[in-house]
Amino acid sequence: MHILIEGGRVIDPAHQFDAITDLFIAVGRIAGLGYPPAGFKAERVIDARGRIVCPGLIDLCARLREPGQEHKATIATEARAAAAGGITTLVCPPDTDPVIDEPAVVELIRRRAKAAGHARVLTLGALTHRLRGERLAEMAALKDAGCVGVGDGGHPIANTRVLRRALEYAATFDLTVFLTPLDPELGSGLAHEGQVATRMGLSGIPAAAETGIIARDLELVRDLGVRVHFGRLSSARSVELVARAQAEGLPVTADVAVHHLHLSENDLAGFDSRCHVRPPLRGPRDRDALRAGLASGVLGMLCSDHRPHEPDAKQAPFGDTEPGISGLDTLLALSLRLVRDGVLPLPALIERLTWGPAHILGLDRGHLGIGAPADVCVFDPDADWLVTADTLRSRGQNSPFIGWHLQGRVTHTLLEGRVVYEV
Amino acid sequence: MRDDLQLDGQGRLRHLLTIEGLPRQTLLDILNTAESFISVGEREIKKVPLLRGKTVVNLFFESSTRTRTTFEIAGKRLSADVINLAVAQSSTTKGETVLDTIDNLEAMHTDLFVVRHAQSGAAHLIARHVPPHVHIINAGDGRHAHPTQAMLDVFTIRRHKPDFSRLQVAIVGDILHSRVARSLIHALNILGAGEIRVVGPRTLLPAQVETLGARVFYDPAQGLRDVDVVVMLRLQKERMEGALLPSEQEFFQRYGLTEERLALAKPDVLVMHPGPINRGVEIDSRVADGPRSVILEQVTNGIAVRMAIMSITLGNHARPAGETP
Repeated sequence: MHILIEGGRVIDPAHQFDAITDLFIAVGRIAGLGYPPAGFKAERVIDARGRIVCPGLIDLCARLREPGQEHKATIATEARAAAAGGITTLVCPPDTDPVIDEPAVVELIRRRAKAAGHARVLTLGALTHRLRGERLAEMAALKDAGCVGVGDGGHPIANTRVLRRALEYAATFDLTVFLTPLDPELGSGLAHEGQVATRMGLSGIPAAAETGIIARDLELVRDLGVRVHFGRLSSARSVELVARAQAEGLPVTADVAVHHLHLSENDLAGFDSRCHVRPPLRGPRDRDALRAGLASGVLGMLCSDHRPHEPDAKQAPFGDTEPGISGLDTLLALSLRLVRDGVLPLPALIERLTWGPAHILGLDRGHLGIGAPADVCVFDPDADWLVTADTLRSRGQNSPFIGWHLQGRVTHTLLEGRVVYEV
Repeated sequence: MRDDLQLDGQGRLRHLLTIEGLPRQTLLDILNTAESFISVGEREIKKVPLLRGKTVVNLFFESSTRTRTTFEIAGKRLSADVINLAVAQSSTTKGETVLDTIDNLEAMHTDLFVVRHAQSGAAHLIARHVPPHVHIINAGDGRHAHPTQAMLDVFTIRRHKPDFSRLQVAIVGDILHSRVARSLIHALNILGAGEIRVVGPRTLLPAQVETLGARVFYDPAQGLRDVDVVVMLRLQKERMEGALLPSEQEFFQRYGLTEERLALAKPDVLVMHPGPINRGVEIDSRVADGPRSVILEQVTNGIAVRMAIMSITLGNHARPAGETP
């Protein structure tokens, strides 16, 4: 199949390319930019005039709820939502049920994703057996099975000795370790410790619950030289710690969830359980520091931290609800809002959603170089839409952004040269 | 964080969920209406027909004796049909959801729910869920709010000390876990109290508690000096396990209300406690039973105040004409 994407503004941050031109796709790969390769005969022409053409988005953290919580969502439903959101690669953390700590689970997810066909689903393996933080998981076997890294799956390892050994063992097999820094004890509350939690009578999670763990982990990185990625930072001081480590040359990267850049603790007013997330929404100053961290590149990747829920999971008193936001549908539009807010220019933003995550995953994706797999997102940056339950394709409708007017809608998504979504 | 959930289009109280954000006049209306109900409890026939034919359900997801009983008596003195339901809630055994319980009771044409729940925000959740003709009174939600307790506290204070402008109130003990403290601070601030103090060790004070509008004291010798009112809070035994305090003994020695400590306050100080009291933990028996204690008066006043709140939210209250505070 030969596809011509015609007349769009092609932005390929990996090659610092940004121009209005044509993109040629042949047999699932990027075949030409600007002019067609020899013998190219377009079987399909996509009119991209007035639109942006960029690599398909890579979402570093999306819980698809399968296996184990199919009442919330399935790989098939969420892969379809991803395609509609311009996301071509989803990275699934290991806290499925069963946990991704053996090759059979990796294989199961791969088969389900392949059957669904709308998006590529990659897996992170567990650092420890059952994510219990006690014994090491069979990381070498997990890598052979296809895991792109290993992580704590949102269950930080309390035992520093176990963590140190897990890091060493992962590094033996050149695996990047994905950590979610939150002290299991100090971080056991419901909301950012501060004025709002005090007023609402919600147990607090101090910023130190995050920074204390980051500081500990950075000391281990300093000793061992292992590659560590911190997922979903939430506080200003965390950004400072990571910035300092990067300046020292430690092999450390970090991401942020897009909702942490648009919401703050003030959005909990009225006990809105849709804003119940982990790590918690913190103060407006933290939000601003996270935005600055994304702009400077200290936070090199932006993700959805997608956690779809069934309605019941959010219809209870705040403390009895499950944390998380369904984010696949709004990832791109909320990200584009950062450009409008003057946080960072469009090419830099696209880099944080494509080449940035591809790079730390070691993928030859997230760019539009000749010969690369043709994962492409075409979107209209000015299309207005009102977020409603009906516009969310994820099975999880737990979004605090329902009712928001956003700009930017995907018109086409291509996965390895196949159109998996079009309006 | 004003909550319009509580007030209808005309600014009338539809639900009472929290004191925070309520207009001063709403609080005065409650206090003045409660004054008019005090006499009902002193009559031979302790009943008025204001809520005849109305169905009130006391829905307690967390146990309570005093609050539930006073709500029950208040409803009965207003001639409502009152049903008490204690719903055992355990986080491990997931039964019917809160909203399912409400839906079922609402289908039986309940007019007013009095709700207590161990989670902050439970009353808000329910108020957002019910149709407009159903009313909710929060009888305590987690650490968040206990608005009827706050109203009976300010009612009791006002009966003894009607001028709030120079009033100094110290709230002592476990502020962190206390919905009573949060609601009382809001009520006193709205009514223009001179100074509100919170007194306790740092482990029992919530972060940035001063932003609620209270002065922070770690030392009771300073915090109790010259105050007009001391409100002691109940200290729960679980606090020792959460590493918040070393022992009951040390707490009593440092913060317990003894006669010596009480002597630091004004001679006509009022000693209050939302109950149930732990004798020898937060308060000495001689103080609890002493001449400055109004703890039992609080209980009596609680009935009149809850009658006022029930009748106001149900919209049938006869406002005492021409009365000003």
